[in-house]
Amino acid sequence: MSGMATGLRALRLSALTPAQRVMGLFGFWLVLAVCGPFFAPYAPGQIIDTEVFAPLSHRHWLGTDYLGRDLGSRLLYAVRYTVLICTLSTAFSCGCGVLLGIATTATPAWVEQIAGRLMDGILSIPSLLCALLVIAAFGDSLLALVLTLGVIYTPGAYRTSRALALRIARMDYITVAVARGEGALFIIWREILPNMRGPLLADVGLRFIYAVLLLSNLSFLGLGVQPPLVDLGSLVRENVLGLVYGSGAVILPTIVIGVLTVGINLVLDGTSRR
Amino acid sequence: MSRAHMISVRNLDIVGHRPDGGTVPIVRDVSLEVREGQMLALIGESGSGKTTIALSLLGHVRPGCTISGGQITVAGHDVTSMTRHELRGFRGRTISYVAQNAGTAFNPALSIAQQVIEPARVHWAMTRQQAERKMIDLFRALALPEPETIGARYPYQLSGGQLQRLMAAMALITDPEIVVFDEPTTALDVTTQIEVLAAFRTVLADRGITGVYVTHDLAIVAQIADHAVVLRHGQVRESGTVARILGNPQDEYTRELVAACRIPPRATPCAPMASAREDRVLDLSDVIVGYGNRTAEGLPERRILDHISLSVPRGSTLGIIGESGCGKSTLARTISGLQPWAAGQVVFRGQALAPAVADRTREQRRRLQIVAQNADLVLNPAWRIGATIERVLTFFHGMKGAEARAEAMRLLDMVRLPHALLERYPAELSGGQKQRVNFARALAARPDLVLCDEITAALDPVVAAAILELMAELQETLGISYIFITHDLHAVRAVCDQVAVLYAGHVVEQCDSQSLTAGAHHPYTRLLVSSVPEMRAGWLADAMALRHAEGAPAAQRRTDGGCQFFSRCDMRMPGQCDRGPVPVHTLPDGARIACYRSCADLAFPGGVAPAVPLPSYES
Repeated sequence: MSGMATGLRALRLSALTPAQRVMGLFGFWLVLAVCGPFFAPYAPGQIIDTEVFAPLSHRHWLGTDYLGRDLGSRLLYAVRYTVLICTLSTAFSCGCGVLLGIATTATPAWVEQIAGRLMDGILSIPSLLCALLVIAAFGDSLLALVLTLGVIYTPGAYRTSRALALRIARMDYITVAVARGEGALFIIWREILPNMRGPLLADVGLRFIYAVLLLSNLSFLGLGVQPPLVDLGSLVRENVLGLVYGSGAVILPTIVIGVLTVGINLVLDGTSRR
Repeated sequence: MSRAHMISVRNLDIVGHRPDGGTVPIVRDVSLEVREGQMLALIGESGSGKTTIALSLLGHVRPGCTISGGQITVAGHDVTSMTRHELRGFRGRTISYVAQNAGTAFNPALSIAQQVIEPARVHWAMTRQQAERKMIDLFRALALPEPETIGARYPYQLSGGQLQRLMAAMALITDPEIVVFDEPTTALDVTTQIEVLAAFRTVLADRGITGVYVTHDLAIVAQIADHAVVLRHGQVRESGTVARILGNPQDEYTRELVAACRIPPRATPCAPMASAREDRVLDLSDVIVGYGNRTAEGLPERRILDHISLSVPRGSTLGIIGESGCGKSTLARTISGLQPWAAGQVVFRGQALAPAVADRTREQRRRLQIVAQNADLVLNPAWRIGATIERVLTFFHGMKGAEARAEAMRLLDMVRLPHALLERYPAELSGGQKQRVNFARALAARPDLVLCDEITAALDPVVAAAILELMAELQETLGISYIFITHDLHAVRAVCDQVAVLYAGHVVEQCDSQSLTAGAHHPYTRLLVSSVPEMRAGWLADAMALRHAEGAPAAQRRTDGGCQFFSRCDMRMPGQCDRGPVPVHTLPDGARIACYRSCADLAFPGGVAPAVPLPSYES
């Protein structure tokens, strides 16, 4: 009995470290993305009602969309695509950016010159415009979306992690490791990376939020996820007519985007205030 | 109105607030008094609350702290009950503050004059002309070079010692009744420190200013203060006149502190200087390190180290001393392969070393370890102490698991730390403990030679003395050789066999550490040795009387040949010393001195034996 009580106390929000809270919230969205569609009462493309933009009811809890499809089911699928695409692209951008950012603190100056100018080049192109161009040229497969978002946010991750790593690379414990003859990978992975975990986590979260917003923008413009697949941005676009009728079909996906991004942002803020 | 006590603090309590709502006492029940025109020294190690008390006199407590009890009366004002507005006028006009690090206390974007006269402009309706005239007077009183024009310069153009004096000018321009000095010379070289101290003392005495001087250096206390208060953990341990506290300390902690400032010279005789090549563990010959363009001979144009030749006999300790910027740390980085040399040769245990650490063999790297200066930066904060030490054991000796753990425990025993530390993170350790772990990590490699770069610089004297003792002990049991880089001459005499004196990247002298205070020496060595404060009242006046040359500008590297020390030397011979290569004398005991003067001249500068005996460490 008392063991259960301590178990519950450990679950209390205030007992969690900031990093655990970020991972916890992110984990919740990931689980929802993977498992959510299994709980959807209808298939996403199934037209179940003749009434379009139906209000909330016991048959379809969140109403129907512009074709009379169940909005709740479609939302569950939309969350899956938005969260998974953005997770993969964030993993790509932060993976490349962080590795390159730390590595260039140890390499000869010309490597940084090349990598840095390349990053500056990408950074100088407005991100939405860049995404539009790439997708217009290479098509709008899911892979193309992931890679486009990934490349667009790599320079930011590179700049942040390089700034963090530069400060750490000057520390005497790195000098000692170099004098001992440790390999470059060991120094990056074991000596530098653990010391930038906190700020880096905040940066990864921010990249994820940026990716969600950019993907939603693209989908809203019709260049993101294509039917029959659906994501939060395309849900808003296809139901935009519902605005006139005050339908939940356009408001609910917007709220989900807001809850996803603002929620993660708030938890990240909590980490930096500590 | 009679003001017998200019400053009176009664039962002062200051607490810090923890994030969880609890409080930590920082200062507990401290009472002290200062009479008008006197100087009180607050003595204590880091964390003793000395700066907190000094700042509370200005009505300032750091964010997160509050004055929870007691009374502070300064020049008739009750500081604890003053409003923000009243404090604004009080600070500057009645009391002012000189901070520890003048280098960061000045705004780099404004000229010196703008910043020095600012307090006067803020507090008084003094015209700019009046303020500037007053500023120049103060510059002159503080013995600053070019008092008329120095104000037009910017902070980066001035040396640390000059900035410290300029900050004192800023504190004095409003004619305050009280000045609080917070370790104003701690960050300075001894040769600069003595000039700053002398300038402070003259100005304070001339103007009859009451002072509070925060320091951990008892030798400085002896020169500048009348009364002293010894603090530990926020409480007063002992208070009284300086002569009484230094000469006849009653409290146990004070006694310990006084003892730590009088590190005895080593008892064992020094290892002989001239040893056969095979007896040496390390040999540097004509090593040149530099940067910038290459000259015709393929050597760097700007040199940090120039033709350095040194040797370390097996099982002995070589001390490297010199002012900041002389190339001491570069020398350590060069030997350990972090800063490759451009020319010359380094022979370690009979093998020539590669200039870059990546080209050295694992065995060479294992046998040559470096112990870096700042205890806070040397241990990876993300690693437990156990992991830090065991990594070295795994890397060099292939030890794993229980074997490595057992060896790590043995190493902790060696440096006298409890085994429980293995599970801790560096942030949970004190500075002295971190430095011991740092040492244990170097020992884990089972080295032949350990480079110690200013390992005691950031430590409190009592802790530093214990580390030096540990070094000597380990040398005896393990036969390790050391290169000991420091600016602390007491430490040099305590642990070193030989000393190399570095000036502007040149070795000007290499001699026996015990003979530093006697016999023939390079003029620079003499200057350095005579600048080390002693715990004897009146030392400052004696030492200043010995100085011929006035406070010289920061060392300018000469590239036209000749002696680097020429512009500061009090025995210089123009026309001879400033050209051509410097001859090196070898003395009968093996000491080497690079100087144009003959050995006889060097033994008695000015042709006569010095009137005042050079610093003696027996007291």
